[in-house]
Amino acid sequence: MNQISLIQILFVSTALFFIGIYGLFTRRNLITVLMAVELMLNSVNINFVAFNKYLFQGRLDGIFFTIFIITIAAAEAAVAIAIIINLYRNHDSIDAEDATEMKF
Amino acid sequence: MGQSFYLLLIPLLPLASFLLLGLFGRKYMNSVAGIIGTISLLMVTILSFVAARDYFFHNGKVNGVYQQVVAFKYTWLQFSPHISIDMGLLLDPVSVLMLVIVSFISLMVHVFSIGYMKGEERLGTYYAFLSLFTFSMLGLVLSSNIFQLYIFWELVGVSSYLLIGFYFDKPAAVAASKKAFIVTRFADLGFLIGILILAFNAETLDFGLLIQRLTNTQSSWSIAIGSASFMGISALTWGLVLVFAGGAGKSAMFPLHIWLPDAMEGPTPVSALIHAATMVVAGVYLVARLFPVFSVDGLSLDIVAYVGAFSALIAAVIACTQTDIKRVLAYSTMSQIGYMMFALGVSRYSGEEGLGYMASMFHLFTHAFFKSLLFLGAGAVIHIVHSNDMKDMGGLRKYMPVTHSCFLIACLAIAGIPPFSGFFSKEEILTAAFHQNKWVYGVGLLVAALTAFYMFRLYFSVFWNKQSAGSGEGGVEVHGLHGEGTLTMKLPLIILAAITIFAGFIPFSNYITATGLPLETHIDIGFSIVPVLLGITGIAIAALLYGRKNDRPEKMAAAARGLYRAAYRKFYIDEIYLFFTKKIIFNGIGRPAAWIDRNIVDGLMNEIAGATAKTARIIKGIQSGKVQNYALYFFAGIAGLTIMVIYFLERGLG
Repeated sequence: MNQISLIQILFVSTALFFIGIYGLFTRRNLITVLMAVELMLNSVNINFVAFNKYLFQGRLDGIFFTIFIITIAAAEAAVAIAIIINLYRNHDSIDAEDATEMKF
Repeated sequence: MGQSFYLLLIPLLPLASFLLLGLFGRKYMNSVAGIIGTISLLMVTILSFVAARDYFFHNGKVNGVYQQVVAFKYTWLQFSPHISIDMGLLLDPVSVLMLVIVSFISLMVHVFSIGYMKGEERLGTYYAFLSLFTFSMLGLVLSSNIFQLYIFWELVGVSSYLLIGFYFDKPAAVAASKKAFIVTRFADLGFLIGILILAFNAETLDFGLLIQRLTNTQSSWSIAIGSASFMGISALTWGLVLVFAGGAGKSAMFPLHIWLPDAMEGPTPVSALIHAATMVVAGVYLVARLFPVFSVDGLSLDIVAYVGAFSALIAAVIACTQTDIKRVLAYSTMSQIGYMMFALGVSRYSGEEGLGYMASMFHLFTHAFFKSLLFLGAGAVIHIVHSNDMKDMGGLRKYMPVTHSCFLIACLAIAGIPPFSGFFSKEEILTAAFHQNKWVYGVGLLVAALTAFYMFRLYFSVFWNKQSAGSGEGGVEVHGLHGEGTLTMKLPLIILAAITIFAGFIPFSNYITATGLPLETHIDIGFSIVPVLLGITGIAIAALLYGRKNDRPEKMAAAARGLYRAAYRKFYIDEIYLFFTKKIIFNGIGRPAAWIDRNIVDGLMNEIAGATAKTARIIKGIQSGKVQNYALYFFAGIAGLTIMVIYFLERGLG
């Protein structure tokens, strides 16, 4: 069975990252934006695991970082959802376009 | 320390009453402000007398010579290891003398004001200002450091400004206070530069060290200041002349005297305190304080002598023509201060030649009493007549017998008639001038005669000469009915009159001389005949012209019309000043400076502000309020940075 090379995995994670970026910029629904951010975080996770596995086999640093990021992503999701709920209460909408108080 | 504690109280008590009355006086203690101020001043006066007794009779003398005693010293600002501004109390014969004069006259004025200012709405403020003035003046005379003196000098100027402008709803008073402030400030510029020159060369601001270093002609400091020169005149002379310019401003010496007559817009007791007895002699005091240094430099002493003599003469001539009672007194003050100045100018440091110094201080002492008496008497007269103009007065001796007799005593004293105090001090001055400089002596004699004339012109027009004009309706008779004023107004007059009679018999030369050594003086009868005769002649002429209503004064004035008019208009000095300030300084300096300020300084700022606003209008669209736009900028930035990093890494690597 052919071993999957590092390059291929990096392609996947890069694709995942830019899908996230695209989602971040184009979606107006904040929940979707949050999901896009999660995608970007996960692409970074894949990078960490892949580099750890292919380049530093004896060590666990990459794995640890991945676990950290998953934890922080969970916390971040909680905070982000709280913000979104508050936004909804104030604006009756979770559309990013509707919250425009902070402009000039 | 225990000994100097009560000395510290002397300036601090008036400061305390200033703070108390200044903060709460107007609201809570308007009615008792006079009492509070007077009590505080009474304590100060007692302490001053105790200090004078201690100094002159107990601990001032070492081996028969009066020493400079620094009773208290606190380093306030240390500029360099050598130069510091200290706050201290310096006792020497002159400062103790001034201490007594200032506190005593101030007490008299405080008491007199209780009656004079009765019913005044802002009595609390008035007494607060009086206390401030007394504090500053006491601080001035006790200064141990030339910069400390300068600080109090300015404080005195401020309180004088506040008191001249006390009736601030009167435009004339406002203008007069501004004039006094600006003219003296102009002179103080010279003073400051003088201080800097002296202090720079002597490397100290302390009076004791300064005098010691600059008078010892062998010392390196003295050589340095003597050899440095500017425009052919040595730095020492420059420094002293500039310091004297400051003193001339405060003491109303020609040509900086223009503020003093106008300063009479203030309440009359204030004029008695500030513009007769204390602040205006600060210039004399300053020259006396630095006298050892002056005596090294003959040129600056000559300048002092000639400026003093000229001021004495010009002021006496002007005084003969003025009709405002207080202005006559103001010019007479200027003339008498001119006397003191030229006495200092003709004096030398030690021995018999130091007579002028002692005479000047003696005259300062006697003048303080009889001139404040004259001013307070004039205040009493104005209080009854409600006018400053001598034309509205006349025949007042029946209505105010006490004021009349006190005023007469003061007039005799200033005219130099024996045995009143003015006679003795004037004799000393004339003797000193006679031995040093015959020109100054001649001017002194002329001024003595003029003084007698204008003082008795004033006296006769106010108390004798029954004028028909002005007393018809609301004139003297009607106002005369409400009597001569309260006891608080009469008492200071009587006390001052008593001192005026007896002060001349104080053996002054035993105590106050330049060197600290007693000086032998004696009144030479033969020498005294001329000035006394001149004085009597002046009085006789005044009696002839003004004793009774007649048309002789008008005829005289018409005969010497040009001179009379010039003197009446104060020799057009005010007009000359106005010409200079309005035409030359305003047009030559003021307007261009205003143009630069408006167009260049302000213009630059306006341009910068306009450009900023314009830029902001252009770029403010970026701040759209859309989160995702911000994220896009952020990402674009990151991407840009990443590309740059990769580019430079590639280049660096390969």
